[in-house]
Amino acid sequence: MPKLIDLIQAGRTVERHHPWPRAVVDGDAWRAAAGALADGGLSLLGLWGEPSCVHMAILDDHTSDIGVISLDCPDRRYPSVAAYHPPALRLERTIHDLFGLEATGTPDPRPWLDHGRWQMRFPLGERLDTSPPDAAPYQFLPAEGDGLHQIAVGPVHAGIIEPGHFRFTANGETVVRLEQRLGYTHKGVEGLMTGSTVEQAARLAGRISGDSTVAYGLAFAQAVEAAQQIAMPPRAVLLRALMAELERLANHLGDIGAICNDASFALMQAHCAVLRECVLRAADAAFGHRLMRDLVVPGGVARDIASDGPDAIRAALDQTRQHFPALVELYDNTASLQDRTVSTGIVTPALARQFAAGGYVGRASGRDHDARRKPGYLPYDGLRFDVPVLSDGDVNARVWIRIREVEQSLALAYQILAGLEAGPVRVSLQAATEPCEGIALVEGFRGDILAWLRLNGDRIERCHLRDPSWFQWPLLEAAIEGNIVADFPLCNKSFNCSYSGQDL
Amino acid sequence: MRKLLFQSLFRQPLTEQAPRPDDAALAELAAMVSRTARRRLGRSLSIREVDAGSCNGCELEIHALSNAYYDVERFGIRFVASPRHADVLLVTGPVTNNMREALERTYRATPDPKWVVAAGDCARDGGCFAGSYAVVGGVSAVVPVDLHIPGCPPSPMAILRGLVGLLEAVDSGVAAK
Ligand code: SF4
Repeated sequence: MPKLIDLIQAGRTVERHHPWPRAVVDGDAWRAAAGALADGGLSLLGLWGEPSCVHMAILDDHTSDIGVISLDCPDRRYPSVAAYHPPALRLERTIHDLFGLEATGTPDPRPWLDHGRWQMRFPLGERLDTSPPDAAPYQFLPAEGDGLHQIAVGPVHAGIIEPGHFRFTANGETVVRLEQRLGYTHKGVEGLMTGSTVEQAARLAGRISGDSTVAYGLAFAQAVEAAQQIAMPPRAVLLRALMAELERLANHLGDIGAICNDASFALMQAHCAVLRECVLRAADAAFGHRLMRDLVVPGGVARDIASDGPDAIRAALDQTRQHFPALVELYDNTASLQDRTVSTGIVTPALARQFAAGGYVGRASGRDHDARRKPGYLPYDGLRFDVPVLSDGDVNARVWIRIREVEQSLALAYQILAGLEAGPVRVSLQAATEPCEGIALVEGFRGDILAWLRLNGDRIERCHLRDPSWFQWPLLEAAIEGNIVADFPLCNKSFNCSYSGQDL
Repeated sequence: MRKLLFQSLFRQPLTEQAPRPDDAALAELAAMVSRTARRRLGRSLSIREVDAGSCNGCELEIHALSNAYYDVERFGIRFVASPRHADVLLVTGPVTNNMREALERTYRATPDPKWVVAAGDCARDGGCFAGSYAVVGGVSAVVPVDLHIPGCPPSPMAILRGLVGLLEAVDSGVAAK
């Protein structure tokens, strides 16, 4: 089985790509990589295109090394990775939709983000103008048998949630197959970024998935800083981590409440929402924005924390620390709630590993991965925290991972506040004389976000951001199988995948 | 145990702390919403939220309207599951090409009289997504808009304030149709 280092060494190493290596390989090495992903031992971190090449980011599970291999495809085709390794499938369909590059041997050539409504095809590759949509009906995968019926849901859902389409095939109450159709919120972010300034692209990055605006801002900023090889002042590093932990805290609190609410236990939601609101208000007091948008910028943070900000944050942390244990006890001791969450929507550890699922989805199914640890970034090497891992893989386990992470984020935020020292919070970027490339992997509340970009002067030549949801959505299809239709909202909420993040 | 838990949890964050200035403003605003809503509609105001392509940031703050601090349901404002039950469509996001038809159909499914509120900077003109091959533009490029609430995302207070503005305009006949 080839190790990552062998794959990289088999190719031609690209200069000015930081901090991990990138190598241009040939078709055989590309296929070997796909085979190695399928065998396990290597995990797929991302797969993205350019007008005439494709890139694949890979994590070596044993050594924790990360690398990128690239394949030139002048004839606009490349060997399908998904033919060996299914997690690549939706990414390949996207590369085809955006760039028109064909994955030869793909098991599924259907479009993914392109719904036939853009009035063009391959918007980021060799554009083809098309007339207004005739919108040929999308072919869902067949499910046949006696007594099966279909339920179509979306794109507009009943609750206040993002749009997407779910096609259930059910036998009575039991779900036989779920197929998702996404792409409704596709905004063409990568197209808008191409040729934009670093500042414009940073604003776009912070709006790819609003609930993860800090994490996206951080991933993008770290990739820019890696490309330009500039180091951040310590205070900026700590303030960024503080915002990231507050974001994690607020989202996990919201999720825990919302999951219980979908199990008809509204009380938990009421209490969690109060704590979430406290955190958001503290963020507003400290940084001037409830969701802390546009604050993490390449080069540092846009503005220093307000003078009374640390106290406001400490007050919110204290309040959460005081009230949260009682909520945990309530969750743990309410049999009717546990009855809904335990053994519902199971993701097996094998699937979580295969898809390299990040965040609570992966960690609830035994995948011990957290980008703050592996590959790790500042300031987390100097902070004490645990990465909780469970193996049951059900809704209950995903709730418990969040509970434990709330506790860890609280502890981290206190440590960061205690370590804040005066100093600059921003350094200026350089206008690079030669094109340079950077890559970053940042742990958002939902899982690891990959950012990759190439800078040319002060412009973005190409930027790709991969949401954790890409490798979680497909697992939801697997998790719901054999469950009853009525448990779908509960399962879905326990995943809380981002629509906008994967639609881009 | 549970009773105790409820009491201790419910009381402290909301009543034991000194009232913040914005809490007073909140109460006043909320009262105004319900007064106006009742005068105009004589009953509760039903809102159907439609994400026409947002980044989900706007949704987070619309959700926050239901937490114990804002608790809009107290004042008769309800989020409903179907456009057929709605008086108001609260639309977020730049309208993507892929969501255009769904938004149009939702609008058509909403009975008259109806009002459309576009929430967030994207909903005005596409925000920083304007000009993309995948984006139509603001909400008014697809359905008629009665009110726009700025912000990225607008805070829950700003959304409440916006709803008051709409109701007052409706009351005085400006936006009635
Ligand atoms: S206005 Fe801001 S928060 Fe709302 S959808 Fe647009 S980018 Fe997201």
